[in-house]
Amino acid sequence: MKKIFAAALVAAATTAFVGGAQAQTGLLAQIKTRGTLTCGVGPGLAGFGIPDAQGVWSGLDVDLCKALSAAIFNDPNKVKYIPLSSKDRFTALQSGEVDLLSRNTTWTLSRDTSLGLNFAGVNYYDGQGFMVRKKLGVESALKLAGASVCTQQGTTTELNLADFFRANKMKYEVVAFASADETIKAYESGRCDAFTTDSSGLYAERLKLSVPADHIVLPEIISKEPLGPAVRHGDDQWLDVVKWTFNAMLNAEELGITKANVDEMLKSENPEIKRFVGTEGKFGEPMGLSNDWAYRIVKHVGNYGESFEKNVGQGSLLKIARGQNALWTKGGLQYAPPIR
Amino acid sequence: MTDATLENAPYAFVRKETLQQEAAPLSVAGPVAWIRNNLFSGPVNSLMTLVCLYIVVTAVPELVRFYFIDAVWSGTNRDACLPEKVGRPVGACWAYVADRFQYFIYGSYPIPQRWRVNIVFAMFALGVVWMLWDSAPLKKVGAFFFFVMLPISAYLLLLGGDGAETFLRFLILLTFALAVLYLVLSFVPSLARFWTGPALLAVEEAAPPWQRFYRPKRLILMAMVVFGLIAVLANVVGLPRVDTGLWGGMMVTFLIAAVGIVFSLPLGVVLALGRRSKLPIIQLLSVIFIEFVRGVPLITVLFMANTMLPLFVPQEYSPDRLLRPLIGVALFAAAYMAEVIRGGLQAMPKGQYEGAMSLGLGYWQMMRLIILPQALRIVIPGIVNTFIGLFKDTTLVTIVGIFDFLRTIEATLVDPTWATPTTRATGYAFAAIFYFLCCWGMSRYSIAVERRLAAGQKR
Amino acid sequence: MSTISTETAQPGKASLFYDPRIRGYVYQFALIAVVGFLIWSAASNAIENLRAQKIASGLGFWHNAAGFDVNQKLIPFSASGSTYGQAFYVGLLNTLLVAAIGIVLSTFLGFFVGVSRLSSNWVLSKLAMVYVEVIRNLPLLLQLFFWYNAVLKPLPDARNSIALPGSIFLNNRGLIMPNPQFGPAFEYVVIAFFVAIVAAIAFYIWSKKQQERTGTQYPNGLISLALIIGVPLLVYFAAGQPLAFELPQQGRFNLTGGLQIYPEFVALLIGLTTYTAGFIAEVVRAGILAVSKGQTEAANALGLRAGPTLKLVVIPQAMRVIIPPLTSNYLNLTKNSSLAVAIGYPDLVQVFTGTVLNQTGQALEVVAITMAVYLTISLVTSLFMNIYNKRMALVER
Repeated sequence: MKKIFAAALVAAATTAFVGGAQAQTGLLAQIKTRGTLTCGVGPGLAGFGIPDAQGVWSGLDVDLCKALSAAIFNDPNKVKYIPLSSKDRFTALQSGEVDLLSRNTTWTLSRDTSLGLNFAGVNYYDGQGFMVRKKLGVESALKLAGASVCTQQGTTTELNLADFFRANKMKYEVVAFASADETIKAYESGRCDAFTTDSSGLYAERLKLSVPADHIVLPEIISKEPLGPAVRHGDDQWLDVVKWTFNAMLNAEELGITKANVDEMLKSENPEIKRFVGTEGKFGEPMGLSNDWAYRIVKHVGNYGESFEKNVGQGSLLKIARGQNALWTKGGLQYAPPIR
Repeated sequence: MTDATLENAPYAFVRKETLQQEAAPLSVAGPVAWIRNNLFSGPVNSLMTLVCLYIVVTAVPELVRFYFIDAVWSGTNRDACLPEKVGRPVGACWAYVADRFQYFIYGSYPIPQRWRVNIVFAMFALGVVWMLWDSAPLKKVGAFFFFVMLPISAYLLLLGGDGAETFLRFLILLTFALAVLYLVLSFVPSLARFWTGPALLAVEEAAPPWQRFYRPKRLILMAMVVFGLIAVLANVVGLPRVDTGLWGGMMVTFLIAAVGIVFSLPLGVVLALGRRSKLPIIQLLSVIFIEFVRGVPLITVLFMANTMLPLFVPQEYSPDRLLRPLIGVALFAAAYMAEVIRGGLQAMPKGQYEGAMSLGLGYWQMMRLIILPQALRIVIPGIVNTFIGLFKDTTLVTIVGIFDFLRTIEATLVDPTWATPTTRATGYAFAAIFYFLCCWGMSRYSIAVERRLAAGQKR
Repeated sequence: MSTISTETAQPGKASLFYDPRIRGYVYQFALIAVVGFLIWSAASNAIENLRAQKIASGLGFWHNAAGFDVNQKLIPFSASGSTYGQAFYVGLLNTLLVAAIGIVLSTFLGFFVGVSRLSSNWVLSKLAMVYVEVIRNLPLLLQLFFWYNAVLKPLPDARNSIALPGSIFLNNRGLIMPNPQFGPAFEYVVIAFFVAIVAAIAFYIWSKKQQERTGTQYPNGLISLALIIGVPLLVYFAAGQPLAFELPQQGRFNLTGGLQIYPEFVALLIGLTTYTAGFIAEVVRAGILAVSKGQTEAANALGLRAGPTLKLVVIPQAMRVIIPPLTSNYLNLTKNSSLAVAIGYPDLVQVFTGTVLNQTGQALEVVAITMAVYLTISLVTSLFMNIYNKRMALVER
């Protein structure tokens, strides 16, 4: 009797612990029935995706998850955040553990094709850079010959670093650590002259140093790192939803629609704005969303510019300039196709 | 010469009374002699003593100064621990530990839900005391509590959510069904003849109904109480799901250690029996498993659990991130446990096996009633030592990204709120105190058991 | 039971169900079926998942260009041109290096501490006890973090290196020494070195025989030492000193050139050595305590002093008890060296299971190869130790 009891327990525990099987319907429908969106985010990168002491997530990448949740459920908080390390982010997406990956992931050909991912856009144009101590008196990455460089292993960073020093015929010493925390600690303890990662990461990691002002980020960007949200191959509807959620945030900024004025915009006569907020045309339904989907996004989360300034820009500790991430109308690279 | 001449000699001195007994000379007894014999008996020894004394004299006051005298005990951020802000040399920054203490215990577990963790901690403490305290009553009930009730309750309370509630409902139904079954059996014991021997049945039938089948009833009663209380909590306060990604700190350390012991012990018994089995295939498979696991480092087992396990199961059953290292640790510990238990089985005199067999007991009855109770008893020190190793090894889950206690300390070390020159020394000291107290306590316990067992062996 | 045919019926013939042999077959068959099913389903799931996730399989990655760098390498390795296979060997050699040195050092330290704990010197034995208790009751990972910081913290940065005599420099990038550059004639010195070792062994055997026959004792140690150092030295000078040193030069950031010992290596070595020594000390103590007191007293009665008593009577007998647990401690040290990954020392796990796994994504192959390596090391070590153990045990009657 006891044996059967134990066997039943084990069986029940295993089924309860693992996620249930997913039906073969579209992901959007599944998310709607499930009632939550599962979002793979970074394990904690200031400005992009980080939980506070109460476990509330915020950041540029997190805002995209919130925007999706707002578009689907009219509530930005129906998101379950799964922190993923750079090592197992792709497995988590491929295995269906998360619905989308919104965590500083570089869009590359091999990831797009051979890993079976689809990138829905670029929400941050980034590139790998270096941070050094001010007192070293180095102003350019080209003067780093002979330096020790701390980096995190298992990323493209490690490969770009090797390429850069090889291309410029400079010698260097690499010290690779398994986690970002170990890496920045080793850099701070003086083990390395320079610390390298994506430049957005450099600004975020610099905040972890005891005196951030003693360190500078060098101007050279040694790689192209377009970071964006990724979904699995094979569900075009879901890809559209993610793609257009991000595009809506960009369009909102371009049209001057903000969290504050979006309700007034409902009365706007501008046809572009009318299409955006859903008072004209039916643009949400073909995606499987309501027609005021874009209105919901701006209402609950804000436009791209607001999200940027709040999380990584002047309204944050990171104080990253818009630069390449400004709208195309302002000399940047952010350009969204129109909603029509 | 005769005696007479001596007696008569006027100058001869003959003491007539006994001398007062004097203390031994200083060179033979007393502190000086002890020092000379023990510390300065030769040039090498003297040198050793001086070197040791030098180490003690330089290290101890420095440690005391750093960790106590110059330490900062209260404050809200790093300003309290920066020498230039405080205006005096600053030692350990205990204020940082005090500030982050909750995080070290619970990790990112949501604050309003932390009472759930506290209940599990309390149950864990109760279970540990019950199991380890030699004269605690109802040991078997305690074992049931520790090995069955505690893991289930911990799962229900810590994780919560819909899955846990469905499971709880199922458990309550099961418990009720069992309760009814045993109630019926208490009144109509003859129904039990399918699995109870006639002799035992006769004993049961002679007893009044409320005493019959007493033992399982106690277990069921406990299960009903515990599950009932959890159900009340779930309905009154609610047990929303707390994802394992938020778990952290000492809670996770204890969880891994507890899972390790709860699963590795039974698995270890099975593997040890398998290795001692006379059936060649069972023996071979046990040996392969044990030697394979003991031959590789735990890190690779954890890597395997983390990266390969999800590949070995269908995608939709991909195990939870915390569950993977738990499985790895349990299997790893089981192999070591098996070797310890095998030692106990081998130490059993052959007469015990022969005696059991001559009583007509089958293999499982012999093991369950005669061999294992004795064998497990004599290897308790070995089990505890393996467990100490397991407890220390829980720190390795850090490497596969689980926030155990050591990882939470590491994580706070890069937090600029408490970035001071002494934060790291303080954090590591705190971790060292925690692990030392746990491991040292366990090793003391193991030594005490060993003594008690040795005392029992003396004739 | 069907029928009772005769009084002396063979037991067990009556019912197949209760025949222990049949039961044994059934159990084993069931176990094979279960294990086989598990393996089969794991394999088919793995194939399915690998295809679904578009992860390559097979060992094709072995010859692909690595594209990353490693700081400490015993064989040439660089981002340009080296392969993942070479990265594997770099990691493996680093693991073996730290394990080999760690085993030697921890044996010395462990024996010293173990004997100290039994010393009549109160201060020494108590200090040894504190050492053993503290080391054994703290996680190795914590100790490694501690040592990594303890090694790095007091050292100056690279521009203010501590200069030691002989062009040796010490800073928080490590210990930088002149790098020996071997001339072409240096191989003669190496040959001379091995010849000297052979000669020393031959002399040792001869002197033992001589001692057994005549009782004359030779200063074995001194003569061997003179042979092993003297002969290569003579050859070295005779060959015209075929050895030059590349001296470290102060560069912009750090000293360039020269042979560098990295702080990660030192921290890992200290951590592993002190940790394992704590366990070896207990093994040694138990071994010595296992030798009965009568042995020591008998040796004393023969007029042996404390040193020779330990060396000739106690240790040889204690070794029989010590060797099996000592072996497992050596293996533990080797396995524990995989914790290097936490402090950035490029050992097998860090380079191969860390970087290579992440760059290729081929978890199955990489983890399996890593496990196979450790398993091989374990089995080979156990084998040698068993042989040695047998030789030691033969002394007993």
